[in-house]
Amino acid sequence: MIAIIIGMAVVTMIPRFLPAFVVDKWVYPKWVSRWLNAIPYAALGALIFPWITGVIEGKPYIGVIGGLVAAVLAFFKINTIIVVLGAIITVFIFNTVL
Amino acid sequence: MGLQTNTVHSVDQNTSAMYFVHRGAFAALPIVFGYLPIGITYGVLAKQAGLSLTEITLMSVFVFAGAAQFVAVSMMNAGALFVEIVLATFVLNLRHFVMSFSIMNRLRSASLKWKIPISLGLTDETFSVASLYPKEGQKKGGMWFYASMILVSYFAWILGSLAGGLLGEVIPDALSQSMGIALYAMFIALLIPSVRNEWRIGLIAVLSMMLNYIAYKITGNQGWSIVLATILAGASGIWLLPQEEVEE
Repeated sequence: MIAIIIGMAVVTMIPRFLPAFVVDKWVYPKWVSRWLNAIPYAALGALIFPWITGVIEGKPYIGVIGGLVAAVLAFFKINTIIVVLGAIITVFIFNTVL
Repeated sequence: MGLQTNTVHSVDQNTSAMYFVHRGAFAALPIVFGYLPIGITYGVLAKQAGLSLTEITLMSVFVFAGAAQFVAVSMMNAGALFVEIVLATFVLNLRHFVMSFSIMNRLRSASLKWKIPISLGLTDETFSVASLYPKEGQKKGGMWFYASMILVSYFAWILGSLAGGLLGEVIPDALSQSMGIALYAMFIALLIPSVRNEWRIGLIAVLSMMLNYIAYKITGNQGWSIVLATILAGASGIWLLPQEEVEE
């Protein structure tokens, strides 16, 4: 068991810290920098969809509704914690009622 | 640049460090909301899979990757081999290489003394928060923001795992299920303000969602599909992102 944990830790840590050295050693052109700066937005997209549909098993629309509520709240510049709580309450209500 | 600020103005440095520690801890709160229930669920599942409390906690301490830990525990339940579990973990966490590359590029003027611990603490969530606070990286003492945000998230994850292994399902099922939306809501809350400022960012994100959906349908593997979608949709930024957005 400990061996599995160590193995998992090693293969998780290497991809995480390797770039710290790479950016120090490698001078890359402007367009690579632009690519890297777009990564957070692309990553956020890929982290949200389609996985959000699986929040409540068998009811994909509930996750989507929760996400839409979060999007509307965030659009009106509501504090992130309230956005998160609002989405949780929305999913809770819809999951209990529907 | 980072070195000069460390040697000069040491008093100033301390006060601004405290300021950034507070701000970082506050920025981590939405992550804590997400990590506690997920950590508890992980702890419960890991216990059912036969892991001891020490093993449950150690995995969270050394791996600190929610999705991979869930997959590993369910694979152990199914009697998977060491190599299979480690390989699955590698593929699933490969996305952190891309994410780390992006954040390290932003923090390139910082010293390795900061960059290495920050890179080791990168998860989907800490990466997202760190990326959407790019200005801190340029400020004096701003590294404390990232350090504190990551540490608070890290402890929430470990504490959640421990609680799950120790106490079982302490959060009622209906509430715990609903809390599954927390991290997605946080991702959305991080994304929307940027989209408001620059609609092209929304285009990149939606493109990534579609690519991710297609890639998952084809590969059936969450790790690969996220990596592919992030890299490919990110590449659209070469043309879509205006230059001034990049230079800060």
